[in-house]
Amino acid sequence: MNTPNDLLYAKSHEWLRLEKEQATVGITDHAQSALSDVVFVELPKTGRKVKAGEVVATVESVKAASDIYSPVAGEIIAVNTVLPNDPGLINREPYGQGWLFRIQPEQPQPTGLLSNTDYAATLTR
Amino acid sequence: MIPFAGWNLPVEYSGLIAEHKATRQAAGLFDISHMGQIRAQGKDTLSCLESILANDPAKLKDGEGHYSFITNEQGGVIDDLLVYRFSRDDFFLVINASRHLEILQLLKKQETADVRFSGNPGSAVGMALQGPQASAILSKILQGASLPPRNHIAKFTLFGASILIATTGYTGENGYEIFSDIPTGPKIWTALLEAGKPLGLLPCGLGSRDSLRLEAGLPLNGQDLSTEISPLEAGLGIFVDLNRPRPFPGRSVLEKQKTSGSPRICIGLEGQPGQPPPRHGYPVFQGNKQIGVITSGVPSPTLGHGIALALITTPPPACGQEVEFEVRGRKVPAKVSHRKFLKRK
Repeated sequence: MNTPNDLLYAKSHEWLRLEKEQATVGITDHAQSALSDVVFVELPKTGRKVKAGEVVATVESVKAASDIYSPVAGEIIAVNTVLPNDPGLINREPYGQGWLFRIQPEQPQPTGLLSNTDYAATLTR
Repeated sequence: MIPFAGWNLPVEYSGLIAEHKATRQAAGLFDISHMGQIRAQGKDTLSCLESILANDPAKLKDGEGHYSFITNEQGGVIDDLLVYRFSRDDFFLVINASRHLEILQLLKKQETADVRFSGNPGSAVGMALQGPQASAILSKILQGASLPPRNHIAKFTLFGASILIATTGYTGENGYEIFSDIPTGPKIWTALLEAGKPLGLLPCGLGSRDSLRLEAGLPLNGQDLSTEISPLEAGLGIFVDLNRPRPFPGRSVLEKQKTSGSPRICIGLEGQPGQPPPRHGYPVFQGNKQIGVITSGVPSPTLGHGIALALITTPPPACGQEVEFEVRGRKVPAKVSHRKFLKRK
């Protein structure tokens, strides 16, 4: 499974890309593969303040609906508006065009997240 | 792989939607070895089964099969099954994996010197070959032997072993269910995959099996059927025979439901594209009033919107009427529809 080294990871299979004061969030390659073909995405409203670990989105494949948790506390500042019309982007480009939302984190340095190698280790256990 | 009734089953091989579409457009091959295969033999077999099964096995001719139920005294469904008759004293039952031991035990209680039941879990192989190309593919490996007509079963010899082929399935497509001993199973599986490859055959997992059966409006025991849901409530009264003389468990309850109606009835629901799909357990509303609950729901790969079976308080809203189901605290529109979401070809 692909786990890029420039990202931080949550045990619940979200990734976080820090870019200056903001961050982009998506689901990992492992998560998209486990879900299989994504057919529906429900995204949060921009401006919503969320806690770390709070359910902020739902990704649904044919077989199941999966909750997506915010890896950090902060405010949702943008969502990927392309996804509702092309939810399969999450399968095709989980770390790229298939991103879910952008967040303004409360803390500049997020805590409790994993490096790519530590996250990859949770998958093989 | 996921655990399923004591088995590890693949949810998908190459991708749920690809497998689903292959079965609709070409063919799919499903490993159904988890399903219980029970043989009933002896000169009292027919009369014994008549007192257990809700659909009358006496209606079957040699080589014929039909859908039936094993009901409890309350008229609820312990299991739904396919019953095949080879002869008056030799029947073959295919039951759900989750009820295999329970049903075997229940049947064995009825055993006498003149009727015996056999078939432990894990003692045989089953596979289903389904889709418009199924007959062409199976004919290739049987080298021209003529296949049984729909809802029939026949014995064949393949790879030196005796096997059973039934023209039944759980996808809404034409197709076959093939039953063999354990050593022969993988040989048939491999031969079918090879013969089917040029025709678009894909091996299919539990995921597409579920989306295919739901598009065809076929029930899943444990969701659309249960010990708390009668076959009449599930809308499957045509598979319950109340005209024959012999009693079977729950008969009087089912007779009452037939004459004075059941408190609940299963209906179909169709959602809309771009809306969250219906799922098992979601409540169904008409206006502000909850009228029932979704028993099975899925985003239909063929139709591109959600479809569901829902158990609704009677009288149910008519076909075409608007209702709503609740997803994560929000109400989503749906239309009442026929339970067969796809027309059979």
